[in-house]
Amino acid sequence: MMFNSSRWRTTLEAISLPIAALLFSLVLFGIFCALAGANPFAVYASIYKAAFGNWRSFQNTLIRAAPLMLTALCTALPARLGLIIIGNEGALVVGGIGAVAAGLALQGAPPTLVQIGMALAGLICGGLWIGAVGALRHYRGVNETISSLLLNYIAIALLNHLVSGPMKDPTSLNKPSTYPIPDVDMLGKIPGTRVHYGLIYGLIACVIAYFLIQRTTFGFAARTAGGNIRAARIAGLPVGKLTMAICFLAGSCAGLAGMVEVAAVQGRANESLNANYGYSGILVAFIARHNPLAATLVAVLVGGILASGGILQRVHNLPDATVLVFQGLVFLVVMYSESLYGRLPIFKERSQVSGSPATATV
Amino acid sequence: MNTNRSFHLSRRQVVRGLLATTAFGVTSKFGTGCSSSTGSQSSSGSTDKPIVMGFIYVGAKDDYGYNQSHAEGKAGVSKLTWVKSVEQANVPETTDVQEAMRNMIEQDGATVIFPTSFGYFDPHVLKLAQEYPEVQFVHCGGLYQEGKHPKNVGSYFGFIDEAEYLAGIVAAKASQSGKLGFIAAKPIPQVLRNINSFTLGARSVNPKVSTQVIFTGDWSLPVKEAEAANSMADQGVDVITCHVDSPKVIVETAEKRGIFTTGYHANQAVLAPKGYLTGAEWDWTNVYSKYAEMIRAGKTLMNGGIPHLVRGGFKEGFLKLSAYGTEVNDEAKKLADAAKAKFIDGSMVVYKGGLQDNTGKIVIPAGKDLKQQDSELEKMNWLVAGVVGKVGS
Repeated sequence: MMFNSSRWRTTLEAISLPIAALLFSLVLFGIFCALAGANPFAVYASIYKAAFGNWRSFQNTLIRAAPLMLTALCTALPARLGLIIIGNEGALVVGGIGAVAAGLALQGAPPTLVQIGMALAGLICGGLWIGAVGALRHYRGVNETISSLLLNYIAIALLNHLVSGPMKDPTSLNKPSTYPIPDVDMLGKIPGTRVHYGLIYGLIACVIAYFLIQRTTFGFAARTAGGNIRAARIAGLPVGKLTMAICFLAGSCAGLAGMVEVAAVQGRANESLNANYGYSGILVAFIARHNPLAATLVAVLVGGILASGGILQRVHNLPDATVLVFQGLVFLVVMYSESLYGRLPIFKERSQVSGSPATATV
Repeated sequence: MNTNRSFHLSRRQVVRGLLATTAFGVTSKFGTGCSSSTGSQSSSGSTDKPIVMGFIYVGAKDDYGYNQSHAEGKAGVSKLTWVKSVEQANVPETTDVQEAMRNMIEQDGATVIFPTSFGYFDPHVLKLAQEYPEVQFVHCGGLYQEGKHPKNVGSYFGFIDEAEYLAGIVAAKASQSGKLGFIAAKPIPQVLRNINSFTLGARSVNPKVSTQVIFTGDWSLPVKEAEAANSMADQGVDVITCHVDSPKVIVETAEKRGIFTTGYHANQAVLAPKGYLTGAEWDWTNVYSKYAEMIRAGKTLMNGGIPHLVRGGFKEGFLKLSAYGTEVNDEAKKLADAAKAKFIDGSMVVYKGGLQDNTGKIVIPAGKDLKQQDSELEKMNWLVAGVVGKVGS
């Protein structure tokens, strides 16, 4: 779809519609800022400066983008199978708990080993968490959106229980936390930057996810099942196994985000782990139209929007919720622009007019 | 079928659209070029330049609670002509706060940062403090440890349980049923201390009152807080107080149910004109102004001029009590003012030797009074006699 040279109009459509949507949401946001008493053009300039203006502020954007790439996959992958999963936050939290448990259990081993152990624990815990959603969906017919949403609350409650009970460091009095992971076992920064390795993990995971979905028979089977589940069954595709596998992979990506948050930022698990990266990840996945490669770019964009939140408050005296308004506008406009696919004549393939309907969502 | 409803864009319209887009891009770029760039400028100590102070809050500035109290403090200190202050609200305890501090230092030239949420300290403040050794980081929470933490980190916190003690006195005098209610977030030492002091204050004027405690489990759960307030009202509790991030919902619910409240963190009197008795408030304006004065005088954390750990109660000017509501009678006012005077002259001891918890166990050995500054009190994990509730969740 996106990188297909034979049908360049469709490609152009897939690129220009989201960009047009973004520009339109910027205009709307400008009107909002003007109503709130700020000069829209100065606000645009500030957003650009705070998010992409120079290498220092761009690092700020990248730091925020790193967890979003991973959590976005938790929604993007199952979406190709026709499942809408919004349990990103829960999987992230559970992955973080798993990573801390592994990190503490392996304490004393060589740091690389500890880090691999933490990553694996994060992957597995997060994977099992969303895997459970897939199992409920496949075997019991439970709506995956609702169950994954509710599992978020269970995950957060589990975190609060563990850090204030079984896993509590008795010296963490007023902010119950687990024991800290020693500094030597922490993930470092990418040399020359202040961005942690989570960004690399995110990029790698997105590339792998893209190839898995677009370039393998497994991905083809998943897309087929997502397109028409009955046809897939008739064709003999193992829909159950596909559901479980995709859900496990999706959850493990979010779990890895939790591991990164623990091993690169917080150093321990506590209530700060639950910082809405999961929910922003849903936004990223939808704007990227569930394309893992596009998700990397969109994560950087959303990271940039979040990075500009501070300057809007400090320089323009806008309320702290302004950045959320901006995020919400982008989301709404992009969602609306989805309905324009296949409607604009200039994007219609001349050779096969009926052959390019809005199937790009598959 | 789509073609019938599709938009017909002529070539001319497309060209026009493209032109508009380009124009937009150019103007936004143009704006960037024009905007004045505030580079990193490190001004330290010199008196003619303003002192730039940065404040960071974890929630909204108008939450009628903890964050509002700090934002009021920031607004208060900004009245000093030689202070320039910047603030940022709704900053989570993640890399977000590190970036917020960094931007304040690099873009706004802040030389003193006040990150006000407890969870900002470790690892975020500690990391930034190492990166910017010339900037002072003064964290609200009292977590500084000599020798362990960087020289440019300081910490401050107040014994707000003193104000809770006074609120307890007022509450006990206003209560008809003798049942008070306390809605709390988590059973951590800070919160338990407020519950205990509130109860001890109440029982100092009426030994028969009891305090019913409900822990909601988290700092901001408005629905649960409202449920708790309603269920307390149903049980005959007639004065409610709380320790959550924002008392707004609780105070409003209590007002609707026609019962009294005492506030916390900031002044909530406007939310409950009838039932608001008084409240335990922070006086951050005073605290921040003192810091500003010290910095203006050339003192820093690094040169030892500013103490690394500043804690205090009424005496040190950390606290204030909301103005008494109309329902508070003169006797209650007199009792509370007398207790406040004792806090100010230092003769008040809230936690006396031989104190029993609500299971009958002696938690402070007889003859060993614990003063407010005693670190023993910061490990509190019990509820005093008279509290109905359990620490374990």
